[in-house]
Amino acid sequence: MSDISDHKKPSLREWLTSDAPTSRRQAKFSAYYRSWLALRSNPMAMFGLLILLFLLAIAAFAPIISPHDPFAQDLALRLSAPGENNYILGSDSLGRDILSRLIYGSRITLYIVALVALMAPIVGLFVGTAAGYLGGWVDVVLMRITDIFLAFPRLVLALAFVSALGAGIENAVLAIVLTAWPPYARIARAETLTIRNADYIHAIKLQGAGALRVITKHIWPLCISSLVIRVTLDMAGIILTAAGLGFLGLGAQPPSPEWGAMISAGRQFILDHWWVATMPGLAIFTVSLAFNLLGDGLRDVLDPKKSGK
Amino acid sequence: MALTTDQEQRKRRRKSSFSPWIMGFGRVAFTVAITMIGLLFITFIIGRVMPIDPVLSIVGESASKSTYDEAYRQLGLDKPIIVQFFIFLWDVVRGDFGESLLTARPVLDDLIRVFPATLELATVGTIIGVGLGVPLGVIAAVKQGTWIDHIARVVALIGYSMPVFWIGLIGLLVFYGKLGWISGPGRLDIFYVDIIPTVTGMILIDSLLAGDTSVFWNAVSHIILPAGLLAYYSLAYISRMTRSFMLEQLDQEYITTARVKGLSEHAVVWRHALGNVKVPLITVIALSYAGLLEGSVLTETIFSWPGIGLYITTALLSADMNAVLGGTVVVGLVFVCLNIFSDLLYKFFDPRAK
Repeated sequence: MSDISDHKKPSLREWLTSDAPTSRRQAKFSAYYRSWLALRSNPMAMFGLLILLFLLAIAAFAPIISPHDPFAQDLALRLSAPGENNYILGSDSLGRDILSRLIYGSRITLYIVALVALMAPIVGLFVGTAAGYLGGWVDVVLMRITDIFLAFPRLVLALAFVSALGAGIENAVLAIVLTAWPPYARIARAETLTIRNADYIHAIKLQGAGALRVITKHIWPLCISSLVIRVTLDMAGIILTAAGLGFLGLGAQPPSPEWGAMISAGRQFILDHWWVATMPGLAIFTVSLAFNLLGDGLRDVLDPKKSGK
Repeated sequence: MALTTDQEQRKRRRKSSFSPWIMGFGRVAFTVAITMIGLLFITFIIGRVMPIDPVLSIVGESASKSTYDEAYRQLGLDKPIIVQFFIFLWDVVRGDFGESLLTARPVLDDLIRVFPATLELATVGTIIGVGLGVPLGVIAAVKQGTWIDHIARVVALIGYSMPVFWIGLIGLLVFYGKLGWISGPGRLDIFYVDIIPTVTGMILIDSLLAGDTSVFWNAVSHIILPAGLLAYYSLAYISRMTRSFMLEQLDQEYITTARVKGLSEHAVVWRHALGNVKVPLITVIALSYAGLLEGSVLTETIFSWPGIGLYITTALLSADMNAVLGGTVVVGLVFVCLNIFSDLLYKFFDPRAK
């Protein structure tokens, strides 16, 4: 009951919301918790987050929840309408269950998004921080290259890359990364320029830290949050580009249940068998909408000055 | 663009010694030149790393070693890569992109033939997108937080999230397949093709020039859906940007002054506030126009629209590398030009940017 015991054993929530953190760890977690509270009060963002968690669960448990084998063909039951012959969302032109293919396709979508979302910001981070910190001709050269890549229309550049490298998921990912990194480089450079002359950077340099150490240990951590926001907002675009490449036959190859390729396969049946192309499109739409909602919410929470409020 | 203080100071110093116009022009010209060369270099590299052997595609599999070597030399592949790049650069400057494997005609001729179709599509899309997007953005800003604002936000979010090739298919299914309100893929019905002389290559304009309204209305019924889709994408972007520009202006003190003066709300919003966002808005519109040129790649595929997007994708699938690279260069150059154009507009029309 005494005050002392209260101080020793605060509840988790009290510990997280404390105004006077006693350790660095507590301050950090407390900042995370406050962001989370702000995000939780945004229903649209929470809706997006829920959809994405649902997608993750579907991808993780695909073999358990999918009613059919996504590759099993049954030509006798081809192009069954939704609900017919035990196919909840219908079957495609080879009699494969569309629902099961969508469930397995979520793995491909997540795979592409995860790879691009990891690689593109890292490339941008390297280029941007190097340009911003080193300055001089390094900055000029790197930023010129960035501008040249920015000047290209993304989809057309990705198309040209994939056609040169050959069709396939890995090459599609590579092409998207090559077209997606420039904005991250711009952001990382802008962040670097604002912290480059901070007192604590000078202090570290006085202690004898080299450029590599300053960049990796003291500049990178501060660039992360703005990159994360940008990545979340870009995810929808990544999904749409990947699906577009798949639709043109340049991404995942058949019989892979990639959503864009599935739309392409259903295209010739669109007038009589609408569900073959419609269902995968709905899946793409739902997931990219979820990423957009979450990205919008994250931006409001983490970066209030840019949210226009 | 984030400018550091020392950069700003450097700029100011330069301006005091040189005429800002000449300096500005020189810098823009330099930037354009570097960007264009870089763009061509990337395209060149793409053409070099492709797995297709350009010699084999000319001489065939069964050619003898000497024939192969001869063709190899003729294509200039024995020269150092940097020399090859300058040859490529010179070819592009002369407008020589080689011959298309698919059409057996110079790629440049093909591009000139297909480009007006894309231009027509993107232009109609932009006009509709601006016509609806700007008012939507203004109203959303004025009625911030009300249901109109929320609807505008949802409309934009859906636009950002929808795969254009999918919604194009659905649109065809509903409006062409089920309802029969519009015409199907292509630019004209088969019996309207080649009736009117080609002047600009844009059928809507050509048919009006020829005074043939039946062709015009047929063309309208073909373009309305693909252009409407592209318009939706530009509407999503333009309305969001308009809203945020307007919110910034409506917060300013001169707006309060105008209201205190007794100006009507209509004049305050549409004349004073909107008048002040005109310049950034034009920039945004130019960018979205460039975006539509790109967005037309997938849209044209769906609607069999014989423009540059369909040309590139058809060439891709038949490994017609000359056509792909030529198309990429042209789209890239148009893109760069529009970007620079919007930058220049900003610089010349906004006194604060000078």
